[in-house]
Amino acid sequence: MFRLLNLELQKLLLNRTSKVLIFISFILPFFVILLSSLKINVFGFFTLELGELGIFNFPIIWHLTTFFASQFKFFFAIVVVSMIGNEYSNKTLKQNLIDGLSKKEFILSKFYTIVFFSFISTVLISIISLCIGLYYSSYNEISIIFIETNFLIAYFVKLVGFFSLCLFFGMLVKRSAFALAFLFILYILEWIIFGLFAWKFNSDTAEKIQNFFPLKSMYKLIDQPFQRIAMTKFPDKTNLVYDYAVHSYEIAIVLAWTALFIFLSYRLLKKRDL
Amino acid sequence: MEPILTISNLTKKFGYLTAVKELSFTINKGNVYGILGPNGSGKSTTLGIVLNVVNKTSGDFKWFDGNTTTHHALKKVGAIIERPNFYPYMTATQNLKLVCKIKGVDYSKIDEKLEIVGLLERKNSKFSTYSLGMKQRLAIASALLNDPEILILDEPTNGLDPQGIHQIREIIKQIAAKGTTILLASHLLDEVEKVCSHVVVLRKGEKLYSGRVDEMISSHGFFELKCNNQDTLVKLLQNNSVFGKIKVQDTLVTAFLNEPMKSDDFNKFLFENGIILTHLVQRKESLEEQFLQLTDKN
Repeated sequence: MFRLLNLELQKLLLNRTSKVLIFISFILPFFVILLSSLKINVFGFFTLELGELGIFNFPIIWHLTTFFASQFKFFFAIVVVSMIGNEYSNKTLKQNLIDGLSKKEFILSKFYTIVFFSFISTVLISIISLCIGLYYSSYNEISIIFIETNFLIAYFVKLVGFFSLCLFFGMLVKRSAFALAFLFILYILEWIIFGLFAWKFNSDTAEKIQNFFPLKSMYKLIDQPFQRIAMTKFPDKTNLVYDYAVHSYEIAIVLAWTALFIFLSYRLLKKRDL
Repeated sequence: MEPILTISNLTKKFGYLTAVKELSFTINKGNVYGILGPNGSGKSTTLGIVLNVVNKTSGDFKWFDGNTTTHHALKKVGAIIERPNFYPYMTATQNLKLVCKIKGVDYSKIDEKLEIVGLLERKNSKFSTYSLGMKQRLAIASALLNDPEILILDEPTNGLDPQGIHQIREIIKQIAAKGTTILLASHLLDEVEKVCSHVVVLRKGEKLYSGRVDEMISSHGFFELKCNNQDTLVKLLQNNSVFGKIKVQDTLVTAFLNEPMKSDDFNKFLFENGIILTHLVQRKESLEEQFLQLTDKN
């Protein structure tokens, strides 16, 4: 397993473009979160301190940071599709197989890399959230701090799922740019199907069905936190209440998609003549 | 003789096109094999199948004694297919390190193999800065990393300049001299003739011949003759059953033998019949002529 991971890391880290993109996708969100947690003096008129709004309180901070950090996943998605696209365009995939890598090992090495980077990202985000939280949060009891850490699990699963989807698209179309286009098409397609169901039945049923779609199910893992922040500000407005928690069935759906995408990538490669 | 690769009834279809048809042959240890065939005769497809990058339609092949999986067997094989494929942004050493990781070979082999192909001074240059000849030599170094039991080369001199071709050929000869089994696919016949002891001839995916190069056509060679009284010579040869076909081209007479005959006996025979030669050469058909005869016949 470490051999395969090692193999893929060498391919990625010696490539300047992917190194920059990896840096952006993993380091940038932390800077953004870190900066936002600082006291910013806007030209001496007033000081902007988001921490005062209570958004860095435990446990809501887990929700907020994972939601924002996951928006940066697109940069690493480019790395994932290009690591497949490059193998095809350089014909190194063929050479790797001739050199004695099996097709299964090839897919696994890509998958381990995805898991590895998702894991690193999760660890980083948990450390930074913990630090900021400990600094700003009004509640510091251990039980409250760790109460919603399942957002971290959701974050990890979300990243692995999304990158597996990118991996599959990369294998399917062999070219990075087209794979990204496919991602966009899938996004539109999911909404079109949603629209069709909403028109035939009603929007509640349609949304329930849509929650099973790949992109939507990944998005659903971590719901947007704005409404929740508003909820904490105006606790008496009951129409703001929504279900923001991470559910185990949501994780199960995404894990099922992940397994399917990895399996399909393998099938695709196995059937293909290079 | 220890078999390294056994192919039996291998078939590959691309849609309606049959690229390889019921192909069977065996590669034994220690010989240098050539696979000959015109473009599109299924050479690369056959190699692709045994190297695990092309899926077979039917038939079978087995590496070594048949007890190892293809995936494990390939770690004991070195192969270059068509063009050298490496990561352009990595240096030669980095690229070879990657291959070492795949094959499970120690890094110490890298410099040793770069030395063999004469790339040691350029080992820290990026692959993208290499010339085609250097790329091809790096590919050979890469294929040699695991000290393979068999080296498979598919058109190794394709697109190279004369110096490049010569360098590659010298390297192949060196490797062959060390007793490594080599399988060389090419349509350049003089290349195969110079290095191979055995040959497999393919046409449209079918095997026309497999065996030793010198036994490819049961012929006893021919004489090329010139003399001042050509007509007498031709008449004499035509009346002799030792000779088959007689070809006359300007002043050059070519006489094909039906049975073995030494040139000194032949010279004596002509002299006794009053013919004095100005030119006498005894030759066997070149591989090219044999190959063309074989592929035209069917």
